[in-house]
Amino acid sequence: MAVVETRKLNKVFKRGNVGAVVNVDLQSREGEFLVLLGPSGSGKTTLLRMIAGLEEPTSGEILIGGKLVNDLTPRERGIAMVFQSYALYPHLSVFKNIVFPLKAQGMPKEKRLKQAEWAASLLGIQHLFDRKPRELSGGERQRVALARAIVREPSLFLLDEPLSNLDAKLRASAREELEQFQKRIGTTAIYVTHDQVEAMAMGDRVVVMSQGAVRQIGTPADVYDEPADTFVATFLGSPPMNLLPGPDVIVGFRPEHFLPPGVAERLGEHISFGFQISHGEYLGAERVLYGTIAGGAFDGRTAVSRIPSTHAVSLPDGSLQTFAVALGDVKFFDPGTEKRTSRRSIPA
Amino acid sequence: MARRRLTWMLPRIMMWLVRIFFAVVLAFPFYWMLITTFKRNTDLNNLKNNPFLFTEPPTLDHLRLLFHETLFPRWVLNTMFAGLIVVIITLLLALPAAYALARLTGEWGTRLGIGVFLTYLVPPTLLFIPLSKVVSFLGLQDSLWSIIVVYPTFTIPFSTWLLMGFFKSIPRDLEDAAMVDGLTQWGAFVKLMIPMSTSGILTVVIFAFTLVTQEFVYALTFISSAAHQTVGVGVPTFLVRGDVYYWGSLMAACLITSLPIGFLYNLFLDRFIEGFTVGAVK
Repeated sequence: MAVVETRKLNKVFKRGNVGAVVNVDLQSREGEFLVLLGPSGSGKTTLLRMIAGLEEPTSGEILIGGKLVNDLTPRERGIAMVFQSYALYPHLSVFKNIVFPLKAQGMPKEKRLKQAEWAASLLGIQHLFDRKPRELSGGERQRVALARAIVREPSLFLLDEPLSNLDAKLRASAREELEQFQKRIGTTAIYVTHDQVEAMAMGDRVVVMSQGAVRQIGTPADVYDEPADTFVATFLGSPPMNLLPGPDVIVGFRPEHFLPPGVAERLGEHISFGFQISHGEYLGAERVLYGTIAGGAFDGRTAVSRIPSTHAVSLPDGSLQTFAVALGDVKFFDPGTEKRTSRRSIPA
Repeated sequence: MARRRLTWMLPRIMMWLVRIFFAVVLAFPFYWMLITTFKRNTDLNNLKNNPFLFTEPPTLDHLRLLFHETLFPRWVLNTMFAGLIVVIITLLLALPAAYALARLTGEWGTRLGIGVFLTYLVPPTLLFIPLSKVVSFLGLQDSLWSIIVVYPTFTIPFSTWLLMGFFKSIPRDLEDAAMVDGLTQWGAFVKLMIPMSTSGILTVVIFAFTLVTQEFVYALTFISSAAHQTVGVGVPTFLVRGDVYYWGSLMAACLITSLPIGFLYNLFLDRFIEGFTVGAVK
């Protein structure tokens, strides 16, 4: 089982341009499911391709299992990769697709067959062996791609948005399956996605990236509850964290912590805000209220509140209410660097 | 009811009419070649006879003339030999060139590709004077090898350009996957790119081979003795003597050489269409 490490890794595609990957220091743990999360163009796929050996770093080091692999070709790195498009070989049958890496290794025919059957049985696709990729559904293709990746028992698994081509319903079940599957085989996996739900659900740890740089590495709870900067705070969560810029501090709190009268009183130490509700959305399990802060230092700033539908409080559109946030749920960010800072007094 | 039947039938009838019309138009030259091959000269030259039907009984005289009094079988062999070698040379050079231009040379690849294609646009009639110098420098005058050396200069640029389009249409992910799966770049080219471009390769094979069978100017200039000629030159030079056209034998020669190519085309028709329209829909 390999641990991947990158040291000061950089990639610049065109000289003079901003780097696609900037000074990335990363260390995965044994058997971990590490998710690279970021918006498109954040450099997560480039980072993955550099680890795979498909892209040459401009500077920096990549280590797999403690061994420097910068100068090794993809085949020498002992990795397997699942592509967003699955990249199944269209002219070969499913069986031949699965044994392709084994054949390239020069494994004897009988052993190849045994390995292919093992991989296919793990994913339940033995019955598809004779089909061509174009005769498969999206979900089946994804399984074949996975089977091809695990068949030679790689030391590291790289996955580049493997679920993004599936429809929403299939994606949810495939996500669960993939997660279970990785736990079962216990191989370290690096998974690229722009979908925060996927990242939170699957990742042992999440690496949040933006503009080529790593903004925060942590467990899903860490990055959600203790965001390192305003980017992480707003990229994760839907609706995103409320950020109220004050004169010398940015105050942030999650919509689900911004609570209506009747609930707010039960909080211990808390801060109250006047909340002018502009409109609300009823989403079944919860209500999302949009509006602006009324009065005080943040007067006129937009804010969002998310409350469970079980709180049967009447909050009509256009009304002015007093909402509150527990002091422990308020995060503070430096307006200059946009990074988290220690607790400060809240401007009145 | 009758009306509904008519609206159902009419488009089908029209479709068949169009099909039959084009089939007749396209098959007609072959029919004319076939009937002329077996017509007596007296029947053929009598303007009062219907040219599309036998008025007198058929004859094998024209075939006898073609096979016994000309070197036709030799020309066919020469053509096949030259065609085969030209196809091999073309594929050996155009495949790696196209792959390199499509994948490895980055931004310059496309420009170089256009440059390669532009050389194909230089008219052969302009080139044959300098090329005849080259041929004589190599000491290949009056040898089949002269055209084997010269033809690739037209087949390679066009084929490179055609195959480039093919390689570009293959998603890069596939190659990346092959490399992660344990192939080298060369391995990915041989084991993945080539098998996936069969349509393109077949198109190149037919293109290069047809060029050898039909090229005239170079074959005529570089080769003078009958024994070394190709079908394309041998047949018209030896079956048109002054103002005498040996129509029956000419037609027989055309029929015999065009039928196999026609069959080959048909066998791989779908793949050729794919070959010529690649990149058309992206």
